[in-house]
Amino acid sequence: MTARPVDPPTPATPATPSTPAQPVVEERPTIVMCPEGPMLLRGDAVIEDADGNRHRTTRPVSAVCRCNKSATKPWCDGTHKLLPKKLRP
Amino acid sequence: MLLPKARGTLSEQLFTALREEPGTAVALSATSVDVADDAEDRAIALWASYELHYRGFEDVDDRWEWSPDVLRVRAGLEEALEAEVRERYAAHQPERTDDLAKDLFDYVADHDGPSMARYVQTEATEAQVLELLRQKSVYHLKEADPSAWVVPRLPTGPKAALMELQFDEYGDGNPARLHQHLFERGLEAAGLRSEYGAYVDEATLPVLESNNVQSFFGLHRRLRAASLGHLAAFEATSSIPSRRMAQGLERLGFPDEIADYYREHVEADAVHEQLAVRDICVPLVELEPALADDVFLGAFACLDTEDRQARDLLDRWGVEA
Repeated sequence: MTARPVDPPTPATPATPSTPAQPVVEERPTIVMCPEGPMLLRGDAVIEDADGNRHRTTRPVSAVCRCNKSATKPWCDGTHKLLPKKLRP
Repeated sequence: MLLPKARGTLSEQLFTALREEPGTAVALSATSVDVADDAEDRAIALWASYELHYRGFEDVDDRWEWSPDVLRVRAGLEEALEAEVRERYAAHQPERTDDLAKDLFDYVADHDGPSMARYVQTEATEAQVLELLRQKSVYHLKEADPSAWVVPRLPTGPKAALMELQFDEYGDGNPARLHQHLFERGLEAAGLRSEYGAYVDEATLPVLESNNVQSFFGLHRRLRAASLGHLAAFEATSSIPSRRMAQGLERLGFPDEIADYYREHVEADAVHEQLAVRDICVPLVELEPALADDVFLGAFACLDTEDRQARDLLDRWGVEA
């Protein structure tokens, strides 16, 4: 293991900070209800379905079925798009 | 990968020069889009000039990547490509409201095209599916790479969101789950070659054009929104077709590895389409409203090139679609 190199000297902070170029971004939500679509779920989670079976998330963001017609429940498989609009979540 | 076979005068001149030492060749001085024989000649020349930015060619000196001669030829080819895409898009303008997410999902859903996945699900033969996999390999072995060029060109929110999506495309840090790699394993299991670019010489014109339009959008900052619109449309037309592809592969007794590639895309792309539309395209257009039309241009280019790839193969097979 090599020694950590010494940090270069920090340049002096300008007296007036420059105006941020972009608006401040809000913290993103952990759970998102997508209109007419699934529920997005961020992070590791275990979901218990209606039959008591448990499913662990396998990716950083998961889409949980809300139309109840997915062939891969509890995960969304896009089936909501085949439903008439009034039957979508 | 070696340079592909030339398909006409322009690609012959370009590939001959690329095999030389950069800087010494004067051969390209008379080469331009004007000497191209036809669309295939233009497409393979453009494809090769883009590949210099991806993985390069074993028989081409890497310094050619930024050769002004190659870039000049490429610019002429891109101008022709852009004019063609914009002309086709002009006949498919979206209906816009104040809800971009809904408009974009509707634009994709309302698009009518032949369904290759439905044909594979119920009717395709093993030989047809093998041909389809060879054609699809030209893109799937660099899946997600064209939109990776866009990352540094975005403001904070869309940048973080694109990385969240791309991270999943690239296996969430696990090389064994990298989507490109899943396809490699699928090709090998199906008895096909899995090296990058293995089947370029048999790529159809629509396959090359589809590849080129993605690189074109990805490599030009002014077209960053078109690249993301393309991504959104691609993801939004993937889950259900991927399930049909997996079922077709199962029906024909293909190995699990290749069906797994498509199964992975059923769930992954159900997530990615929401991220691409709601967290990438919508916030980008909120910050830069002038980019809205480019999002639809990109979405159209995706739907249109996918259609033409499918129709071309189905026509060759004598299938009505």
